[in-house]
Amino acid sequence: MFKEELEKIRREAQERLEQSDSVEKINEIRVSVLGKKGSLKDILKGMKNVPAQERPQVGQMVNDVRVQIEDAIAQAQKELERRLQQERLAAETIDVTLPAKRLPMGHSHPNVIALKEMERIFIGMGYEVIEGPEVEKDYYNFEALNIPADHPAKDEQDTFYINGDILLRTQTSSTQIHAMESGRIPIRMIAPGRVYRSDAVDATHSPTFHQVEGLVVDKGITFADLKGTLDDFAKKLFGEETKTRFRPHHFPFTEPSAEMDVSCFKCGGTGCGFCKGEGWIEILGCGMVHPHVLEMSGIDPDEYSGFAFGVGLERIALLNYEIDDMRLLYENDIRFLKQF
Amino acid sequence: MNTPISWLKAYVPGLACTDREYNDRMTMTGTKVDGVARLDKNLEKIVVGRVLSIEKHPDADKLIVCQVDVGNETVQIVTGAPNVFEGALVPVVLDGGRVAGGHDGGPLPENGIPIKAGKLRGVPSAGMMCSIEELGSDRNAYPEAPENGIYIFPEALGPVTEEETRALAAAGKLDSEEARAMNPVEPGMDAVALLGLRDTVFEYEITSNRVDCYSLLGVAREAAVTFGKPFTEPETAPAADETGDVNEYISIEVKDPDLCSRYTARVCTDVKIGPSPWWMQRRLSACGIRPINNLVDITNYVMIEYGQPMHAFDLDTVAGHKIVVRRAQDGDMFQTLDGQMRQMDHDVLMICDAEKEIGIAGIMGGENSKITDDVKTVLFESATFNGPNIRKSAKRIGLRTDASGIFEKGLHPTNAEAAVNRACQLMRELGCGTPVRGIAEACEPIPPRARIAFDAAQINAFLGTDYDEKTMLDIFGKLEMEYDAEKKEIVVPYFRQDVKAMCDLAEEVARFTGYENIPMTLPGGSSMMGGLTYKMRIQDKAREAAMFNGFSEAMTYSFESPKVFDRLLFAEDAPERKAIRISNPLGEDFSMMRTTPLHGMLTSLSTNYNRRNKDVRLFELANVYIPKELPLTELPDERSMFCLGMYGEGDFFTMKGVIEQFFEMSGIREKMVCDPAAGRPFLHPGRQALVKAGGDTLGYFGEVHPDVAGAYGIGGRAYVAVIDLQSVLPHTSFAYHYTGIAKYPAVSRDISMLVPKPVTAGQIEAIIAQRGGKILESYSLFDIYEGVQVRAGFKSMAYNLVFRHKEKTLEEAEILAAMKKVLNGLESLGIELRS
Repeated sequence: MFKEELEKIRREAQERLEQSDSVEKINEIRVSVLGKKGSLKDILKGMKNVPAQERPQVGQMVNDVRVQIEDAIAQAQKELERRLQQERLAAETIDVTLPAKRLPMGHSHPNVIALKEMERIFIGMGYEVIEGPEVEKDYYNFEALNIPADHPAKDEQDTFYINGDILLRTQTSSTQIHAMESGRIPIRMIAPGRVYRSDAVDATHSPTFHQVEGLVVDKGITFADLKGTLDDFAKKLFGEETKTRFRPHHFPFTEPSAEMDVSCFKCGGTGCGFCKGEGWIEILGCGMVHPHVLEMSGIDPDEYSGFAFGVGLERIALLNYEIDDMRLLYENDIRFLKQF
Repeated sequence: MNTPISWLKAYVPGLACTDREYNDRMTMTGTKVDGVARLDKNLEKIVVGRVLSIEKHPDADKLIVCQVDVGNETVQIVTGAPNVFEGALVPVVLDGGRVAGGHDGGPLPENGIPIKAGKLRGVPSAGMMCSIEELGSDRNAYPEAPENGIYIFPEALGPVTEEETRALAAAGKLDSEEARAMNPVEPGMDAVALLGLRDTVFEYEITSNRVDCYSLLGVAREAAVTFGKPFTEPETAPAADETGDVNEYISIEVKDPDLCSRYTARVCTDVKIGPSPWWMQRRLSACGIRPINNLVDITNYVMIEYGQPMHAFDLDTVAGHKIVVRRAQDGDMFQTLDGQMRQMDHDVLMICDAEKEIGIAGIMGGENSKITDDVKTVLFESATFNGPNIRKSAKRIGLRTDASGIFEKGLHPTNAEAAVNRACQLMRELGCGTPVRGIAEACEPIPPRARIAFDAAQINAFLGTDYDEKTMLDIFGKLEMEYDAEKKEIVVPYFRQDVKAMCDLAEEVARFTGYENIPMTLPGGSSMMGGLTYKMRIQDKAREAAMFNGFSEAMTYSFESPKVFDRLLFAEDAPERKAIRISNPLGEDFSMMRTTPLHGMLTSLSTNYNRRNKDVRLFELANVYIPKELPLTELPDERSMFCLGMYGEGDFFTMKGVIEQFFEMSGIREKMVCDPAAGRPFLHPGRQALVKAGGDTLGYFGEVHPDVAGAYGIGGRAYVAVIDLQSVLPHTSFAYHYTGIAKYPAVSRDISMLVPKPVTAGQIEAIIAQRGGKILESYSLFDIYEGVQVRAGFKSMAYNLVFRHKEKTLEEAEILAAMKKVLNGLESLGIELRS
């Protein structure tokens, strides 16, 4: 008889639980079945009519049913919570395609991006980054670079003068002399900076632009080292597939001198509009430091040799980012800068 | 330099390569080709035709109908050209052919103009007769071509090579019917070839050290070595049968040998002016030089060949038959042969006769000794002038000529003699005059040929190569550099003035073994630490802070107009006005080195404002140039300024936040203090502050004064900040130090107060910080209100103070004591506590 009663209580509780859709209803069931005045307690009251030897068995049965109902309640509660959470989360669905919330973001200048890229490459090769004065002595800009007073190259560079002795440097090569005069050898340095030439402003000229100078001085530095270093640089800057070409050229302060071309990054060297059909794009000037230049800066050319190079920063930026007008670099239109 | 390949081949007869090969290989040995122009570009199916008959067009007054023999057939061509006559030999483009341009001589279309048979006013026309412009050239190159008409060929071209002319001259038949009948022009011949247009003109970029390559012979030498072909120099030794004695015609005196190391002169008598032969005209015109007459053409021809400018005087105008080379007197006026009067000075070298000045040395001859068609006896001057002096003189006089452009590079005295002999040889060959025996000259000792010690191992060590001695000596041999095996020295030919030292020899080896064959290695030796300078690291922090706050990096010019100081309302005696002036600026707007980065920033903001860009934030790491004294005797102080500017969203405190953030990122430990007494006239008087830390002033910021914003055309409020990075540097640090995270609880207290309006938050905070004691961990303003609910003359402010002890839990008494000190201090500022 107990058995049937218990089974009935269990079944009814189960059925009621299955229909509950709120925490309150589940609590109601808990109280009405398991509570002090609940149906299970009522059953236990009938225990006194049970023979003593059967009581443990009956007690066990009651207990089993209680546990089952407790489990069912817990289960139902968990189920309910899960469902409620699901409903809540469903209601909280947002349109993920709405605009993002962002802090205002500043952008780099294309010159600076190109410069940082070059600095990263050369620092990786053990080069120090240094700087030198823009308002410079004639000696450092010309004479110490093998360009004596009467040299035609002095005219070619259309120099801005402050007075007879002081000028706006026309090339960062002046930093080579400062580095060599410091007397610390070996030297491995790059020197980025502003240079000035008397060119009127147009799409390809600016009276102010930037160069990155490079200088290595040590025992046993060779032209092959110059080629290897700059080839490495070009591959890191323009991509591993880049090829380089060194053409003989002339600079008063290097001998032999060269200009380095890289394979056109648009056509890969087959020739296109970008490289004017050449397949090559001129990137920089370089050469072995002229022994006379070493000597003037107090370095013994019989003991040491070196190479130097100079890159136009704007040239790299214009080429790399396909900017078609140099004036954009100094106008600072935010619609331009935001692209970098 | 533009020269046709056909002329170069006269000296490198074995040269056979495509234009592309020539371009590439010359470029790779250092004679960079800068331009290639095929003269027969877009000239297709163009032959010589003879006009057999001319009839009027039935329907057009201005057109004629011609029957033209084009060799294997007779075709009918309708033309409007007025100069065609029966019997004329003309260039005819046949059906399906192509010409280079229109008859108006305008810019040439890239793909030319195709020509097809068709009808003109109903009459069939099988092609077109061509003007020189339609053939892509002009009357400068072909002076005999008519203006607005069809080009008419002569019945025969006469001698078409120098060899033919020379042979005729040798046989005494230059001025003969036989000579004039040479190379007859016949219908059906290739008209393009006859005009000398089957040729390519190369333009070279010659570097300033290779004076020798500003001549055709110099480039030919390079080409010969590049392609491994023999080089043949023109034979210029004076003929044995010359008569007379030049010294009876002219004497030379150089008074300033420092400016003229050699002056040579030769004389030709019996001068006959006339056109130069076909080949000479074609070579000159291909170089872009207009053929004029045999005498002028010869001097131009020699200038191209030898890179030696020469001058021809009419000897009969040279007073006293004497040439004196001397400096001008200051203020002398001289009329050059272009008719201009020009003022001379003591540094200008003049060519004079016994009485007067007759030319400016190396620049231009005088009107008074100009050659006319009646000239009988001509004096050729071929001299070596001091290059830098010519360059400076030309600049001062304001007259740069082709001649001065070459002289200023510094010619070798040996070249002068070769060139003058070549000119006389051509005079004779062309039947233009009879050279008198001998050279009159004044000459300083010619420097001996340079000798350079040769050591193959040293060159290999310099280049990083492994060439054997023989390879190197072979190259030197081809370059006409002799090897003195005994002394182990290379003897450099006179024309290679650029070769002076081992490194120059190394360059020759590298050039002709090929730069591309030098291996690629990386420098050996000890490895080195690379990196940025400390200042560059702080500059990068500035970039980071600015960009993090939405500022984009700008770049502006370092020079500007001195007028910017007025625009920025600077006082007359403001130190910023002491700026460096450029002595030769591009214009006033670029004449002064900036002492403040403001103008560049405001100009950039203005550009953006005018273009209706919203919410613009820019920054620049701008150098300013502060002279130690003016006029400049030593280099100025170049200071890096971190300059920020913005308009649109954000205000004064946005700017303040960026600066604070930059300071924090740069490890500045001192509290940033804003001092309202900044006194900057270009900023709003009530919205500006000096930025201080640790007692030092590091910069300023504020709202741009409305008058200044207006002057720059910026509407609305704009803000700028200028931080002097050099001043900031000593306060910065990248050293981090951990002080532990507090274990004991913090206690928070609020103070709400009525503050007299003039009292600043800075003053209040100074008292809180000073009086709060060691246990004061932090404080912050959490409310500020001014308005009707607050008593007039006061504002309501509320601060939150946080106390904490590092080693224990604070006791109430300690907090009370600290608070009391703070409150007492605040009351001394006239502040009333609200609760």
